[in-house]
Amino acid sequence: MTALRMPGRLDSGDAALRPIPWRRMAGITWRQHRFALAGVAVLLGALAVWLWSAGTSLHNAYATATACHPASSAACQNLINIFNSSATSNVMGNKDPGGVLLQLVPALIGAFVGAPVLARELETGTFRFAWTQGFGRWRWTLAKLVLLGVVLAAATAAFGVLVSWYFQPYSGTLYEDSPFANLFSLREVTFPAWTLAAFAIGALAGMLIRRVVPAIVATLALYAGLAIAAAAFLREHYLAPLATSNLNFSLPGTGTAWTLGQWSTKDGRFAFAGNPPDSLVNQFCSSVSADKIGPLGFAPCLAQHGYTQWTSYQPASRFWPFQWIEGGWLLALAALLIAATIWLARHRAA
Amino acid sequence: MNIVEASGLGKRYGRTWALRECTLEIPAGRVAALVGPNGAGKTTLLNLAVGLTAPSAGEVTVLGDLRAGSPAALDGIAFVAQDTPLYKTLSVADMIYVTGGLNRRFDQPYALARLDELGIPLKRKAGKLSGGQQAQLALTLALARRPRLLVLDEPVAALDPIARHDFMATVLAAATADGVSVLLSSHVLTELERVTSYLVLITRGQVRLAGEVDDLLAAHGHASLEELALHYLRETAPEVTR
Repeated sequence: MTALRMPGRLDSGDAALRPIPWRRMAGITWRQHRFALAGVAVLLGALAVWLWSAGTSLHNAYATATACHPASSAACQNLINIFNSSATSNVMGNKDPGGVLLQLVPALIGAFVGAPVLARELETGTFRFAWTQGFGRWRWTLAKLVLLGVVLAAATAAFGVLVSWYFQPYSGTLYEDSPFANLFSLREVTFPAWTLAAFAIGALAGMLIRRVVPAIVATLALYAGLAIAAAAFLREHYLAPLATSNLNFSLPGTGTAWTLGQWSTKDGRFAFAGNPPDSLVNQFCSSVSADKIGPLGFAPCLAQHGYTQWTSYQPASRFWPFQWIEGGWLLALAALLIAATIWLARHRAA
Repeated sequence: MNIVEASGLGKRYGRTWALRECTLEIPAGRVAALVGPNGAGKTTLLNLAVGLTAPSAGEVTVLGDLRAGSPAALDGIAFVAQDTPLYKTLSVADMIYVTGGLNRRFDQPYALARLDELGIPLKRKAGKLSGGQQAQLALTLALARRPRLLVLDEPVAALDPIARHDFMATVLAAATADGVSVLLSSHVLTELERVTSYLVLITRGQVRLAGEVDDLLAAHGHASLEELALHYLRETAPEVTR
C-alpha cells in the first residue's frame, strides 16, 4: 500500500469541480503559437520601420512646405510641388504597391495564424490529446481564440495608429484623394477589425476543413472576397449619400469628400447618368470647341439649357463614423464566426 | 463500481454503424482489453468513453455514473490516443507544462522522475524522440494526471518488441501499484496475455464476448486468451469476408 501515490479524489459530480483557471491558457497558448506570433511581430515590425522612415521624411517635407513664406514665391511652390508629388510617387501612393501590400497583412494573419489553430490539431490528431484534458474542449477553444485574437487586435491597432500618423500630412487640402479611398481599411479601427475577421474566418475554416493547407487557401479566398465586396459594394452604402448640384464640388483639390456618382436632371426629372450622351452635346453644345472644355466638361453649357448636374458623395466628416461602422460589422462577424467555431468544437464528433 | 458502462450504445457515421447495440459493464480495478480486428469499432468505443465522440444511440457512463466527456469525467480519465499524438514542435518540458496547465491535478515530480528514469531529455523536441520514447512520454503525461481510469488506444501497435515490453511494464506498474483501472484496445493479443484481467471481444461493430478472463477461460475451455479470442474471431470471420 505504500506504493499508492494517489492523492485524495473528488468522487462527487461536476458541481464540486471548480473550473481550471482561464489564466493557465495564457502560457499554454504562448508556447504553442509563439512562432506564429513571432512571425506576426517580425512582419508588422518590419512594415512599421518602413512606414516610420517614409513617414518621417514625408512629415519633414510637409513641415518645410507649410512653414515657407511667402507661400506664393517660386521657392515655396517648388517645395509644395515636391510634397504633392510625393503623394502619388511614394510608398503609400495610389499607384504604388505599398498600400496593397499592407492590405494583405490581415489576410496573411488570418491564413497563417488563424487557419492552423484548429486545423493543425485536427490534422495531426493532437486534438485527441488537447480535448481530453481536464480543461475541457470548448473552454480550451474559447481561451485560445480569444487570447490570440486580443493580441492580434492590439498589435494591429497600434500599427493602424502608425498608418494614421503617416497619413496625417495628406489629410489637409493639399492631398487630392479622398481618405475613404485611400488606406481606409488600414486605420486604427478598421485594421484590427479586418485582422480579427480574417483570424475568425481562418479558425472556422480550419475547424470545418480540418487540414492546414486547404484551410489556408480557403481563408485567403474568403478574405479576398469579403475585402473586395466591402470596398466595391458595401462601404458607400454605410450611410445614405448626400447630393449636391454645386458644379465645382467634384473638382480635384476642392475637398476630401468621397464622390460616388453623377447624374443630371431637367425640370425635376431624371435626364441621364454620368457624362451627357453625344446626341445632347451635339444638340446644345456643338459650339463649344474641344480646347475650351474646362475641367467641368459640358456641365456649364448644359446648365444653360436647363440641365442640373447632381453629384452624390459622402462628406469627409463621415470618415470616422464609417470607420466605426465598418469596424463594428467586422467585429460582429468575427464574434459570430468564433462562436460558431467554439460550438463546432464542442458538439462536432471528433 | 463500473469504470465504463454502456447500454444500447451505438455510433453511426453516415449510413454505417461503427458500433451497434453495445451493452457493457467493465468493473473498476481491472486491466481491460478491447480486442478485435481492425475496423471492428474499438476506437469508436474508446472515443465514446473519453467523450471525444457523442453517441448516436444509447448512452455511456464512466467512473461510476458520470456522463462521458463531462468535466468530472475528463478530470478522472487520461487518454492516450492511437499513435500517441504529441505537439511535435514542443519540447518535452513544454509538454509537461501544457499537460500540467490543462489539468486540475498533475504530479510533476513523478513525471520528471519517470522521464529521467527513461533517459528522455527535457529539452528535446517531442517530434525528435523515437517512437518508443514518444509513447513513453505520452504515457508518463497521462499517468502524472493521476487518473482513475487510463484509456489507451492501440498503444503498442507502432512499437518495436522492446518498446512494447517497456510500455506495457509501465502500464502494469501503474495498474498494480497505484490501482489505476486500465482500458486498452489492441488487434493483437500477444503482449496483452499476461496483463489482461478483463476481456471485451468486438467484431463488426458489435460486442461478442465480455467478462473476466479467468471466468471466460473456464467457461469456454480454452487454455489461453489468444486461443479464446481466435476462436471467436474465426466464428465471426465469414461475416467479415462475405
